Amino acid sequence: MSDLTGTAPTPPPNPTNATAGERNGPQPDAPTAACEDAPTAAREDVLTIAGRTLRSRLLLGTGGFPSLELMAAAIVASASELVTVALRRVDPAARGSLIDVLADTGVQLLPNTAGCRTARDAVLTAKLAREAFATDWIKLEVIGDEDTLLPDAPELLSAAEELVDEGFVVLPYTTDDPILARRLVDIGCPAVMPLGSPIGSGMGIRNPYNISLIREAVTVPVVLDAGVGTASDAALAMELGCDAVMAASAISRAQDPVRMAHAMRHAVQAGRLARAAGRIPRRRYATASTPDEGLPDF
Amino acid sequence: MIVLNGENADLQPGETVAGVLTGLGLTAQARGVAVAVNGEVVPRADWETFALTQDARVEVLTAMQGG
Repeated sequence: MSDLTGTAPTPPPNPTNATAGERNGPQPDAPTAACEDAPTAAREDVLTIAGRTLRSRLLLGTGGFPSLELMAAAIVASASELVTVALRRVDPAARGSLIDVLADTGVQLLPNTAGCRTARDAVLTAKLAREAFATDWIKLEVIGDEDTLLPDAPELLSAAEELVDEGFVVLPYTTDDPILARRLVDIGCPAVMPLGSPIGSGMGIRNPYNISLIREAVTVPVVLDAGVGTASDAALAMELGCDAVMAASAISRAQDPVRMAHAMRHAVQAGRLARAAGRIPRRRYATASTPDEGLPDF
Repeated sequence: MIVLNGENADLQPGETVAGVLTGLGLTAQARGVAVAVNGEVVPRADWETFALTQDARVEVLTAMQGG
Protein backbone atom coordinates (compact mmCIF):
# COMPACT_ATOMS: atom_id res chain seq x y z
CA MET A 1 0.00 0.00 0.00
CA SER A 2 3.00 2.27 -0.17
CA ASP A 3 1.89 2.93 -3.73
CA LEU A 4 -1.61 3.94 -2.76
CA THR A 5 -1.29 7.54 -3.74
CA GLY A 6 1.24 9.78 -5.28
CA THR A 7 3.80 7.35 -6.65
CA ALA A 8 4.55 8.95 -9.96
CA PRO A 9 5.31 6.41 -12.71
CA THR A 10 8.07 8.61 -14.12
CA PRO A 11 10.37 11.09 -12.44
CA PRO A 12 8.51 14.38 -12.30
CA PRO A 13 10.40 17.19 -14.03
CA ASN A 14 9.59 19.43 -11.12
CA PRO A 15 9.12 17.57 -7.88
CA THR A 16 7.00 20.32 -6.43
CA ASN A 17 4.64 20.26 -9.36
CA ALA A 18 2.55 17.27 -8.39
CA THR A 19 -0.55 16.87 -10.47
CA ALA A 20 -3.98 17.22 -9.03
CA GLY A 21 -6.18 14.53 -7.67
CA GLU A 22 -5.03 11.43 -5.91
CA ARG A 23 -1.37 12.25 -6.38
CA ASN A 24 -1.87 14.95 -3.83
CA GLY A 25 -3.11 12.36 -1.43
CA PRO A 26 -6.65 11.89 -0.30
CA GLN A 27 -8.47 15.12 0.08
CA PRO A 28 -9.01 15.87 3.73
CA ASP A 29 -12.54 15.73 4.95
CA ALA A 30 -14.36 18.95 5.58
CA PRO A 31 -12.59 20.79 8.36
CA THR A 32 -13.55 19.46 11.71
CA ALA A 33 -12.80 20.40 15.22
CA ALA A 34 -10.25 17.62 15.10
CA CYS A 35 -7.81 20.04 13.49
CA GLU A 36 -7.75 22.44 16.37
CA ASP A 37 -7.45 20.70 19.65
CA ALA A 38 -6.81 17.07 18.98
CA PRO A 39 -7.35 15.49 22.38
CA THR A 40 -10.53 17.40 23.03
CA ALA A 41 -11.84 17.18 19.51
CA ALA A 42 -11.30 13.44 19.33
CA ARG A 43 -13.85 13.04 22.05
CA GLU A 44 -16.40 15.25 20.33
CA ASP A 45 -15.87 13.90 16.83
CA VAL A 46 -18.86 11.60 16.95
CA LEU A 47 -20.06 9.03 14.46
CA THR A 48 -23.75 9.03 13.64
CA ILE A 49 -25.44 6.05 12.01
CA ALA A 50 -29.19 6.06 11.49
CA GLY A 51 -29.63 8.68 14.19
CA ARG A 52 -27.56 6.87 16.78
CA THR A 53 -24.48 8.68 17.99
CA LEU A 54 -21.29 6.86 18.84
CA ARG A 55 -18.26 8.48 20.41
CA SER A 56 -16.02 5.57 19.55
CA ARG A 57 -15.22 4.77 15.96
CA LEU A 58 -14.11 1.28 16.82
CA LEU A 59 -16.63 -1.54 16.63
CA LEU A 60 -15.74 -4.80 18.26
CA GLY A 61 -16.58 -8.37 17.47
CA THR A 62 -17.01 -10.64 20.45
CA GLY A 63 -15.93 -13.82 18.69
CA GLY A 64 -12.69 -15.60 19.43
CA PHE A 65 -11.92 -14.42 22.95
CA PRO A 66 -10.53 -17.17 25.17
CA SER A 67 -12.86 -16.14 27.99
CA LEU A 68 -15.70 -13.78 28.76
CA GLU A 69 -13.48 -12.02 31.30
CA LEU A 70 -10.86 -11.21 28.66
CA MET A 71 -13.61 -10.12 26.28
CA ALA A 72 -15.00 -7.69 28.83
CA ALA A 73 -11.55 -6.31 29.65
CA ALA A 74 -10.81 -5.84 25.95
CA ILE A 75 -14.10 -4.03 25.40
CA VAL A 76 -13.25 -1.63 28.19
CA ALA A 77 -9.73 -1.08 26.81
CA SER A 78 -11.08 -0.49 23.31
CA ALA A 79 -13.64 2.09 24.50
CA SER A 80 -15.95 0.62 21.87
CA GLU A 81 -19.65 1.28 22.34
CA LEU A 82 -21.03 -1.15 19.79
CA VAL A 83 -20.17 -4.84 19.72
CA THR A 84 -21.43 -7.66 17.57
CA VAL A 85 -23.01 -10.85 18.81
CA ALA A 86 -24.19 -13.91 16.93
CA LEU A 87 -27.27 -16.07 17.40
CA ARG A 88 -26.79 -19.78 17.96
CA ARG A 89 -28.69 -22.66 19.45
CA VAL A 90 -29.01 -22.54 23.21
CA ASP A 91 -26.44 -24.71 24.93
CA PRO A 92 -27.83 -25.66 28.33
CA ALA A 93 -24.29 -26.50 29.46
CA ALA A 94 -22.87 -23.09 28.48
CA ARG A 95 -20.77 -21.39 31.12
CA GLY A 96 -21.63 -17.79 31.97
CA SER A 97 -23.99 -15.48 30.18
CA LEU A 98 -22.58 -13.47 27.32
CA ILE A 99 -25.54 -11.12 27.51
CA ASP A 100 -25.00 -10.43 31.20
CA VAL A 101 -21.29 -9.81 30.77
CA LEU A 102 -21.91 -7.44 27.87
CA ALA A 103 -24.63 -5.62 29.79
CA ASP A 104 -22.14 -5.02 32.59
CA THR A 105 -19.76 -3.27 30.20
CA GLY A 106 -22.52 -0.90 29.05
CA VAL A 107 -22.02 -1.52 25.34
CA GLN A 108 -24.79 -1.60 22.78
CA LEU A 109 -25.35 -4.83 20.89
CA LEU A 110 -25.16 -5.21 17.15
CA PRO A 111 -26.47 -8.68 16.30
CA ASN A 112 -25.15 -10.26 13.14
CA THR A 113 -26.28 -12.93 10.73
CA ALA A 114 -22.95 -14.74 10.74
CA GLY A 115 -23.09 -18.15 9.14
CA CYS A 116 -26.08 -17.42 6.93
CA ARG A 117 -25.61 -18.41 3.31
CA THR A 118 -28.96 -17.41 1.84
CA ALA A 119 -31.07 -14.29 1.98
CA ARG A 120 -33.87 -16.34 3.50
CA ASP A 121 -31.76 -17.54 6.41
CA ALA A 122 -30.31 -14.08 6.97
CA VAL A 123 -33.73 -12.45 7.04
CA LEU A 124 -35.06 -14.99 9.52
CA THR A 125 -31.95 -14.64 11.68
CA ALA A 126 -32.34 -10.88 11.68
CA LYS A 127 -35.94 -11.19 12.80
CA LEU A 128 -34.92 -13.58 15.57
CA ALA A 129 -32.18 -11.18 16.62
CA ARG A 130 -34.74 -8.40 16.82
CA GLU A 131 -36.78 -10.58 19.17
CA ALA A 132 -33.80 -11.64 21.24
CA PHE A 133 -32.07 -8.29 21.64
CA ALA A 134 -34.87 -5.79 21.13
CA THR A 135 -32.97 -3.93 18.43
CA ASP A 136 -33.74 -3.17 14.80
CA TRP A 137 -30.04 -2.99 14.02
CA ILE A 138 -28.52 -5.88 12.18
CA LYS A 139 -25.07 -6.49 10.79
CA LEU A 140 -26.03 -8.34 7.67
CA GLU A 141 -23.70 -11.10 6.58
CA VAL A 142 -24.57 -13.49 3.78
CA ILE A 143 -21.62 -15.71 3.08
CA GLY A 144 -20.79 -17.27 -0.27
CA ASP A 145 -18.59 -20.14 0.84
CA GLU A 146 -16.74 -21.42 3.86
CA ASP A 147 -13.24 -21.10 2.46
CA THR A 148 -13.29 -17.38 1.80
CA LEU A 149 -16.29 -16.25 3.85
CA LEU A 150 -16.73 -13.64 1.14
CA PRO A 151 -20.17 -12.06 0.78
CA ASP A 152 -22.61 -13.49 -1.74
CA ALA A 153 -23.54 -10.27 -3.51
CA PRO A 154 -26.95 -11.22 -5.00
CA GLU A 155 -28.13 -12.81 -1.76
CA LEU A 156 -26.80 -9.86 0.22
CA LEU A 157 -28.70 -7.35 -1.90
CA SER A 158 -31.85 -9.42 -1.71
CA ALA A 159 -31.67 -9.76 2.07
CA ALA A 160 -30.82 -6.10 2.54
CA GLU A 161 -33.79 -5.00 0.49
CA GLU A 162 -36.21 -7.20 2.42
CA LEU A 163 -34.85 -6.17 5.81
CA VAL A 164 -34.90 -2.46 4.98
CA ASP A 165 -38.51 -2.91 3.94
CA GLU A 166 -39.16 -4.57 7.30
CA GLY A 167 -37.80 -1.53 9.09
CA PHE A 168 -34.37 -2.82 10.02
CA VAL A 169 -31.27 -0.67 10.25
CA VAL A 170 -29.14 -2.80 7.96
CA LEU A 171 -25.35 -2.60 8.18
CA PRO A 172 -24.16 -4.87 5.38
CA TYR A 173 -20.86 -6.71 5.39
CA THR A 174 -19.87 -6.30 1.77
CA THR A 175 -16.99 -6.75 -0.60
CA ASP A 176 -14.70 -3.85 -1.42
CA ASP A 177 -16.69 -3.23 -4.59
CA PRO A 178 -17.79 0.41 -4.81
CA ILE A 179 -20.65 -0.44 -7.15
CA LEU A 180 -22.11 -2.96 -4.75
CA ALA A 181 -21.67 -0.52 -1.90
CA ARG A 182 -23.62 2.08 -3.83
CA ARG A 183 -26.37 -0.40 -4.60
CA LEU A 184 -26.68 -1.24 -0.91
CA VAL A 185 -26.96 2.43 -0.03
CA ASP A 186 -29.53 2.95 -2.80
CA ILE A 187 -31.59 0.17 -1.22
CA GLY A 188 -31.56 2.04 2.08
CA CYS A 189 -28.60 0.82 4.11
CA PRO A 190 -27.49 3.68 6.41
CA ALA A 191 -23.86 2.52 6.35
CA VAL A 192 -21.71 -0.01 4.52
CA MET A 193 -19.11 -2.35 5.92
CA PRO A 194 -16.63 -3.29 3.19
CA LEU A 195 -13.98 -5.87 3.90
CA GLY A 196 -10.27 -5.11 3.86
CA SER A 197 -9.49 -8.79 3.29
CA PRO A 198 -11.20 -12.06 4.23
CA ILE A 199 -12.61 -12.48 7.71
CA GLY A 200 -10.00 -13.52 10.21
CA SER A 201 -7.20 -13.42 7.65
CA GLY A 202 -5.37 -10.53 9.26
CA MET A 203 -4.15 -9.46 5.82
CA GLY A 204 -5.19 -5.86 6.31
CA ILE A 205 -6.52 -3.78 3.45
CA ARG A 206 -5.61 -5.57 0.23
CA ASN A 207 -7.14 -3.03 -2.09
CA PRO A 208 -6.91 0.42 -0.56
CA TYR A 209 -7.88 1.95 -3.92
CA ASN A 210 -11.27 0.32 -3.69
CA ILE A 211 -11.80 1.46 -0.12
CA SER A 212 -11.04 4.99 -1.30
CA LEU A 213 -13.47 4.56 -4.17
CA ILE A 214 -16.19 3.38 -1.79
CA ARG A 215 -15.52 6.43 0.35
CA GLU A 216 -16.12 8.58 -2.70
CA ALA A 217 -19.07 6.55 -3.96
CA VAL A 218 -21.32 6.84 -0.92
CA THR A 219 -22.17 9.55 1.57
CA VAL A 220 -23.17 7.23 4.40
CA PRO A 221 -20.63 6.06 6.99
CA VAL A 222 -18.12 3.50 5.76
CA VAL A 223 -17.02 1.00 8.38
CA LEU A 224 -14.04 -1.09 7.42
CA ASP A 225 -14.88 -4.65 8.35
CA ALA A 226 -12.81 -7.80 8.25
CA GLY A 227 -9.16 -8.36 7.58
CA VAL A 228 -7.71 -6.00 10.15
CA GLY A 229 -4.63 -7.68 11.58
CA THR A 230 -3.00 -5.03 13.67
CA ALA A 231 -3.22 -1.40 14.66
CA SER A 232 -1.66 0.03 11.51
CA ASP A 233 -4.40 -1.59 9.42
CA ALA A 234 -7.01 0.27 11.43
CA ALA A 235 -5.11 3.53 11.10
CA LEU A 236 -4.85 3.07 7.32
CA ALA A 237 -8.59 2.46 7.07
CA MET A 238 -9.25 5.76 8.78
CA GLU A 239 -6.64 7.55 6.67
CA LEU A 240 -8.42 6.27 3.57
CA GLY A 241 -11.53 8.00 4.80
CA CYS A 242 -13.43 5.26 6.57
CA ASP A 243 -15.65 6.53 9.36
CA ALA A 244 -15.03 3.58 11.66
CA VAL A 245 -13.31 0.24 11.90
CA MET A 246 -14.65 -3.09 13.01
CA ALA A 247 -12.16 -5.47 14.59
CA ALA A 248 -12.74 -8.94 15.94
CA SER A 249 -10.06 -11.58 15.52
CA ALA A 250 -7.32 -8.95 15.42
CA ILE A 251 -8.09 -8.26 19.05
CA SER A 252 -9.63 -11.45 20.36
CA ARG A 253 -6.92 -13.71 18.95
CA ALA A 254 -3.98 -11.42 19.67
CA GLN A 255 -1.53 -12.73 22.21
CA ASP A 256 -2.63 -9.96 24.54
CA PRO A 257 -6.19 -8.99 23.54
CA VAL A 258 -6.49 -6.18 26.07
CA ARG A 259 -3.30 -4.50 24.92
CA MET A 260 -4.31 -4.89 21.28
CA ALA A 261 -7.73 -3.39 22.04
CA HIS A 262 -5.94 -0.41 23.50
CA ALA A 263 -3.72 -0.16 20.42
CA MET A 264 -6.71 -0.32 18.07
CA ARG A 265 -8.45 2.42 19.97
CA HIS A 266 -5.49 4.74 19.50
CA ALA A 267 -4.89 3.66 15.91
CA VAL A 268 -8.43 4.59 14.93
CA GLN A 269 -8.06 7.96 16.58
CA ALA A 270 -4.66 8.54 14.97
CA GLY A 271 -5.90 7.59 11.52
CA ARG A 272 -8.93 9.82 11.90
CA LEU A 273 -6.78 12.79 12.88
CA ALA A 274 -4.32 12.14 10.07
CA ARG A 275 -7.14 12.03 7.54
CA ALA A 276 -8.46 15.35 8.77
CA ALA A 277 -4.96 16.81 8.80
CA GLY A 278 -4.39 15.95 5.12
CA ARG A 279 -1.28 13.97 4.37
CA ILE A 280 1.51 15.16 2.13
CA PRO A 281 1.63 13.70 -1.38
CA ARG A 282 3.92 10.79 -2.07
CA ARG A 283 6.84 11.60 -4.36
CA ARG A 284 9.53 9.45 -5.82
CA TYR A 285 12.22 12.01 -5.14
CA ALA A 286 13.22 13.83 -2.04
CA THR A 287 11.90 17.23 -1.17
CA ALA A 288 14.22 19.04 1.17
CA SER A 289 12.61 20.30 4.31
CA THR A 290 15.55 22.58 4.92
CA PRO A 291 15.84 25.54 2.55
CA ASP A 292 18.88 25.90 0.26
CA GLU A 293 18.99 29.62 0.93
CA GLY A 294 22.04 30.59 2.89
CA LEU A 295 23.86 27.38 2.08
CA PRO A 296 27.59 28.14 2.27
CA ASP A 297 29.79 27.55 -0.79
CA PHE A 298 32.91 25.80 0.53
CA MET B 1 -41.72 -36.20 16.16
CA ILE B 2 -40.94 -32.76 17.46
CA VAL B 3 -37.39 -31.64 16.68
CA LEU B 4 -35.70 -29.24 19.09
CA ASN B 5 -32.47 -27.58 17.98
CA GLY B 6 -31.82 -30.30 15.46
CA GLU B 7 -32.49 -33.31 17.65
CA ASN B 8 -35.55 -35.42 18.22
CA ALA B 9 -37.10 -34.20 21.42
CA ASP B 10 -39.24 -35.91 24.03
CA LEU B 11 -41.98 -33.34 23.60
CA GLN B 12 -45.68 -33.94 23.06
CA PRO B 13 -47.91 -32.06 20.59
CA GLY B 14 -49.65 -29.28 22.45
CA GLU B 15 -46.56 -28.38 24.44
CA THR B 16 -46.11 -24.62 24.48
CA VAL B 17 -42.98 -22.73 23.56
CA ALA B 18 -42.81 -21.54 27.15
CA GLY B 19 -42.82 -25.16 28.25
CA VAL B 20 -39.95 -25.96 25.90
CA LEU B 21 -37.97 -23.07 27.34
CA THR B 22 -38.59 -24.25 30.87
CA GLY B 23 -37.19 -27.61 29.87
CA LEU B 24 -34.02 -25.85 28.71
CA GLY B 25 -33.73 -24.02 32.02
CA LEU B 26 -34.92 -20.73 30.55
CA THR B 27 -37.71 -18.46 31.69
CA ALA B 28 -40.03 -16.24 29.71
CA GLN B 29 -37.98 -13.33 31.00
CA ALA B 30 -34.70 -14.73 29.70
CA ARG B 31 -32.68 -12.05 27.97
CA GLY B 32 -31.24 -12.61 24.56
CA VAL B 33 -33.42 -15.57 23.61
CA ALA B 34 -35.46 -16.03 20.45
CA VAL B 35 -37.56 -18.90 19.15
CA ALA B 36 -38.47 -20.04 15.66
CA VAL B 37 -40.92 -22.81 14.84
CA ASN B 38 -40.94 -24.22 11.34
CA GLY B 39 -38.90 -21.31 10.07
CA GLU B 40 -41.08 -18.58 11.53
CA VAL B 41 -40.35 -16.32 14.47
CA VAL B 42 -42.52 -16.90 17.52
CA PRO B 43 -42.75 -13.50 19.23
CA ARG B 44 -42.03 -13.43 22.94
CA ALA B 45 -45.61 -12.37 23.60
CA ASP B 46 -46.82 -15.66 22.14
CA TRP B 47 -44.51 -18.01 24.03
CA GLU B 48 -47.12 -18.91 26.66
CA THR B 49 -49.83 -19.76 24.15
CA PHE B 50 -48.02 -21.06 21.07
CA ALA B 51 -48.63 -24.84 21.00
CA LEU B 52 -46.40 -27.18 19.02
CA THR B 53 -47.77 -29.56 16.44
CA GLN B 54 -46.44 -33.09 16.09
CA ASP B 55 -44.02 -32.21 13.28
CA ALA B 56 -42.76 -28.95 14.75
CA ARG B 57 -39.15 -28.00 14.17
CA VAL B 58 -38.18 -25.75 17.04
CA GLU B 59 -35.08 -23.58 17.18
CA VAL B 60 -34.23 -21.89 20.47
CA LEU B 61 -31.42 -19.42 19.97
CA THR B 62 -29.40 -17.13 22.15
CA ALA B 63 -26.44 -14.79 22.04
CA MET B 64 -23.12 -16.31 21.18
CA GLN B 65 -19.74 -14.69 20.81
CA GLY B 66 -19.26 -13.81 17.19
CA GLY B 67 -18.53 -11.35 14.44
